[in-house]
Amino acid sequence: MHEPVAQPTTEVLAAPTAPRGRAIVVTSGKGGVGKTTTTANIGHALARRGATVALVDADIGLRNLDLVLGLEQRVRYHVLDVLEEKISLDDALVRDKHSPTLCLLAAAQAREKDDVDETKMKALIDQLRERFDYVIIDSPAGIEQGFKNAVIGASEAIVVCTPEVSAVRDVDRVIGLLGNAFRPQLIVNRLRPALVKKGKMLSVEDVNAILRLPLLGVIGDEPEIIITTNRGMPIALQDEGATAAAYRAIAARIAGEDVAAPTVEVKDSFMDRLGSFFGGRR
Amino acid sequence: MFDLVEVVEGRCQLRQALIKDKRFGDCLSILPAAQTRDKDAVTPEQFSSVVAQAAEQCDFVLVDCPAGIEGGFRNAIAGVGEAIVVTTPEVSAIRDADRVIGKLVERALPIRLIINRLRPEMVRTQDMLSVDDVCEILSAELLGVIPDDEEIIDMTNRGEPIALNPSMRLATIYDKIARRLEGELVPFTSFDSPGFFGRLFGALKAG
Amino acid sequence: MLEFFKNLFAPSTSSSTAKERLRLVLMTDHISLAPEMIEQLKRDLVEVISRYVEVDLQKIDVSFEQQDHALAMLANIPIISVGRPTAEPPKPLETPSAAAPTAAMKSGGDVTPLPKRKRRRRASTAQASV
Ligand SMILES: Nc1ncnc2c1ncn2[C@@H]1O[C@H](COP(=O)(O)OP(=O)(O)OP(=O)(O)O)[C@@H](O)[C@H]1O
Ligand SMILES: Nc1ncnc2c1ncn2[C@@H]1O[C@H](COP(=O)(O)OP(=O)(O)OP(=O)(O)O)[C@@H](O)[C@H]1O
Ligand SMILES: [Mg+2]
Ligand SMILES: [Mg+2]
Repeated sequence: MHEPVAQPTTEVLAAPTAPRGRAIVVTSGKGGVGKTTTTANIGHALARRGATVALVDADIGLRNLDLVLGLEQRVRYHVLDVLEEKISLDDALVRDKHSPTLCLLAAAQAREKDDVDETKMKALIDQLRERFDYVIIDSPAGIEQGFKNAVIGASEAIVVCTPEVSAVRDVDRVIGLLGNAFRPQLIVNRLRPALVKKGKMLSVEDVNAILRLPLLGVIGDEPEIIITTNRGMPIALQDEGATAAAYRAIAARIAGEDVAAPTVEVKDSFMDRLGSFFGGRR
Repeated sequence: MFDLVEVVEGRCQLRQALIKDKRFGDCLSILPAAQTRDKDAVTPEQFSSVVAQAAEQCDFVLVDCPAGIEGGFRNAIAGVGEAIVVTTPEVSAIRDADRVIGKLVERALPIRLIINRLRPEMVRTQDMLSVDDVCEILSAELLGVIPDDEEIIDMTNRGEPIALNPSMRLATIYDKIARRLEGELVPFTSFDSPGFFGRLFGALKAG
Repeated sequence: MLEFFKNLFAPSTSSSTAKERLRLVLMTDHISLAPEMIEQLKRDLVEVISRYVEVDLQKIDVSFEQQDHALAMLANIPIISVGRPTAEPPKPLETPSAAAPTAAMKSGGDVTPLPKRKRRRRASTAQASV
């Protein structure tokens, strides 16, 4: 039933002194801004580059990463089973259907965030870092225990913000809590360039004038993301399209490549794109 | 300016902490949350007693619950008699809403559902779950449906309440929800009628 | 019109996929949220089966698994011995505890029933609305 999980790349095996894998927490403070969507898509985009990736759902009690990845039918065990030593890490890791180097460690659904022992959580992330190039942790909303659990094992942070005042305020709070230790980088999600043009939405510059973080990427507000989530097939799996390309560029930047600064062209307006649903779509 | 934690700690009266929104005459006041304190600075019992105090002075006390099902959620639901569950027609939101409804049902709280950010044209092309789908999956009673509308983002940016702008179609939607909360039987407008799509499409385009 | 043909030939729409996936995942969630119910179900299962064959109480395993489009209950109940077949089938018993010594295990009083929520209250309107 359980295939062996992804092994570290041969390079890592050959050079024990090489730095261990990176543990990156995806967080925001604000609910519903796209942390889980971002985690899933960055995971696929990194795996496409040949990296081994473990995605950890830290949203105990409200898990969704399995659903967004389309792996909900394969989840048997969860992170608390591992922390409580009921099951081995290998048995709990679910290998992705599409990206063989991508694995999911699901959250427990019937448990509480307070059930997590932070020390053990950190040890678990460290253990994953020995085996994977990237360990990406999907943080829950808020700044309570769930946030602490998500952050404890991470060494870097990606903060996701939508161009909306309430999100910017919450993200600002989270950046304050993270401090400099996590070298947080920003992803602006759900941008509607046409609205920015009309002056009805904050621009990326507006957002970052307040947050002042290195900009990792910008993702548009795309109906296609809702559709791919309905199907459990993250958009980054697609070969074509601006959004998949944007996630690949983010992955490249994470990997340290010098990719040109993210730009979002003002395409046809939001309505025009919606209009295309009436004609062109499958 | 005082906040909820200061009320709880007895450093001020509830009356002093309530901020009147002058735009609504004497009808609407806001009790701000503390921004610099943890959610466990307040216990559910304390929270509940503040809500009870507020309920003595007001017809309705609306508690804005944080995301998640942690301490903030337990506080928010401690003193209330009913719940409005807000979800979007998307898989992640619905799964979380189901979990929250389970917790509310455990406490025997009556529940009504608001479906937010619906995109009727995506429902029509069957790329988004319909209102019926969501109500059926969650088996909950419907209180209202709010379309995904850029005006909401714009108004939030400006800090202007939509309800004060009766010319907006959205104001009517919130007004209907308010009337349903008051117990009035306000009929639901059907999404199925082609006229509705035309109207909404037009409204979005105009905006 | 166009829409009609598109839907006719499309394998399944994204919203129907979403609905189906949610239906399954919520069933699984509800089951994991009601462990007491599963324990009770196990006890009841044993009780019924013990009327016919002797089972190994210690090794009973009941699990749930999603299989394509359904949730399946998998019960693994090791049988210790089977009585000689008789002309008369064992009588279904009214009082469960009388069935077999193995079934004497108490069927606990306060058992949380499964996701009662299933059909708590039907959505009041069949029509979508604003
Ligand atoms: N760029 C985007 N364009 C359109 N829809 C999006 C985009 N990003 C996310 N969404 C949608 O927004 C909803 C919330 O996204 P997601 O679940 O990833 O947020 P989250 O921050 O993880 O939420 P939570 O705080 O509850 O964990 C989802 O239904 C998702 O499909
Ligand atoms: N119907 C809508 N159409 C368009 N935008 C909307 C709609 N409803 C809410 N929004 C936008 O979504 C963002 C999040 O909304 P809001 O802050 O009310 O969410 P919330 O559920 O309270 O989030 P949190 O879980 O973080 O408390 C806001 O910027 C708001 O402008
Ligand atoms: Mg999430
Ligand atoms: Mg909020």
